Amino acid sequence: MAALASLTAHELGARYRSGAATPTQAVTEYLARIEALDPGVRAFLTVTREDALRRAAEADARFEAGAPLGPLDGVPIALKDVLCTRGIRTTCGSKILERFVPPYDATVVARIFAAGAVLLGKLNMDEFAMGSSTEHSAFFTTHNPWDLARVPGGSSGGAAAAVAAGMAALALGTDTGGSIRQPAAFSGVLGMKPTYGRVSRYGVIAFASSLDQVGPFARDAEDAALMLGVIAGADPMDATAIDVPVPDYRAALGRGIEGLRLGVPAEYFMDGMDPEVERAVRVAIATLEKLGARTEPVSLPHTEYGLAAYYVIAPAEASSNLARYDGVKYGLRAPGARDLIDMYSKTRAAGFGAEVKRRVMLGTYVLSAGYYDAYYGQAQKVRTLVRRDFEQAFARVDLIVAPTTPGVAFKMGEREDPLQMYLNDIFTIPVNLAGLPGVSIPGGFTQAGLPIGLQLIAPAFDEATLLRAAHAYQTVTDWHTRRPPLAPAAVERTPR
Amino acid sequence: MATPKTRISTEEVDHVARLARLDLSAADKERMRSELDKILGYIDKLRGLDTRDVLPTSHAVPVTNVMRDDVERPSLPAEDMLANAPDRHREMFRVPRIIEE
Repeated sequence: MAALASLTAHELGARYRSGAATPTQAVTEYLARIEALDPGVRAFLTVTREDALRRAAEADARFEAGAPLGPLDGVPIALKDVLCTRGIRTTCGSKILERFVPPYDATVVARIFAAGAVLLGKLNMDEFAMGSSTEHSAFFTTHNPWDLARVPGGSSGGAAAAVAAGMAALALGTDTGGSIRQPAAFSGVLGMKPTYGRVSRYGVIAFASSLDQVGPFARDAEDAALMLGVIAGADPMDATAIDVPVPDYRAALGRGIEGLRLGVPAEYFMDGMDPEVERAVRVAIATLEKLGARTEPVSLPHTEYGLAAYYVIAPAEASSNLARYDGVKYGLRAPGARDLIDMYSKTRAAGFGAEVKRRVMLGTYVLSAGYYDAYYGQAQKVRTLVRRDFEQAFARVDLIVAPTTPGVAFKMGEREDPLQMYLNDIFTIPVNLAGLPGVSIPGGFTQAGLPIGLQLIAPAFDEATLLRAAHAYQTVTDWHTRRPPLAPAAVERTPR
Repeated sequence: MATPKTRISTEEVDHVARLARLDLSAADKERMRSELDKILGYIDKLRGLDTRDVLPTSHAVPVTNVMRDDVERPSLPAEDMLANAPDRHREMFRVPRIIEE
């Protein structure tokens, strides 16, 4: 990896401040890496070269004047294409929004721009964030940088792959049922889902509004702390972004984890999981114990019901949120309609992919007359039981430690069956149902060299402890410093 | 999980597709029916839980009304809002005829 693109954001910021490097040098290097590597990885849907060079030049001037905006000033970042960017195409991985150019920035986007970050481009994802592999993107599948024949995870697969491949220093994704943590685990980077309500959802294209949350992809805990500090906090444009004080996440990192109580849930070490994942996570738990943490078993007995509840609640909310794609005010409109209803139906049939249609149908079904109580009502009650499991565990422990996924990155085209694909998210979904913060950090590799994710889960609004534990782990392990062996792709750059 | 009973019929798929405003082909509908049937089979495990005394959760984190002063603020320019329209007519979105003559 070339010099500047191999650095973390905080290391890059130190170079800028000392005058050893400029934002334009770093951004130029990143753009060259994208040009060389992305034809093979295919993480980017849009590369914003001119915009990046312009913002980099502005950041150069601020450092020259000795007045940078903060720790993210001049740092090259990329965004999952679910986040609205003013004047920059935002597709959400869907044909229905292929030519959509938002008239405003999402709050998180406005905040990272105000912090001086430089946008390199928009990243591939499963359509409307529905999927675990990017195979449901309407445009193309992103490849896992550790093994190009495998998926990077999803739905934020482009974001995970871009950070893993050194094509962005930091990225933002969204996590509704694991869509940040699962691709982070598959791609060997840190991915964090903050507490529901910690980060504004204004300008985030909605999938399931009671579950969606924006969070960072980073190379280490310190970078994640910097990014979270920029995007977190109340927002007048989103009443669900809760007005809870945002601590200085970076300042809390160095305190160590002596005496921290860690819960190990028996239900997250299930039959049929990859033995290499289980072994790596057990070793990681022993490492945390050596750092002074105390572990004890906890029980989350409703874990297996979480997935079923999620596949009622998330599609139900999605069927309502996606009703807005009707071919009237923006997006695709199918030609040749007899009347208005026919126009809606033809537009949605032409614009949505198979997985989105499946979830819209499922959601419409579980909300329809006669089925509401049996499915939606019952799922909401089960959601309460899942939440209580965590409340009872957190009465005794500070954090929960577990695998992020039951297995590692799978091969493209290997999981044809929708239900098999859904089972990927069994360890991440309960955290969304309970609204809690969770992080996946690199916790080892398989014999074949594929990354393994270690998941940490905290009580609501305690991201600081999550990041502190992740940081402590990263001071004594080097998994997060390993980089995939990538060579410039010997393929023609395909038109985007 | 291999119960012979079908959970969702072709007629129900027709009805739900109409509600969801999705124009599906006959082949799409049959595939959708069999996939939904399988997913609903998995979801059916929820029914095995006794939830008589459990209150539903719609939001994981307690949310309260957030009030602000009702002050006038500039809104986005109409031209910006029309820029993505698939079919516009002056300052309007044009749609197929709704009312019969």
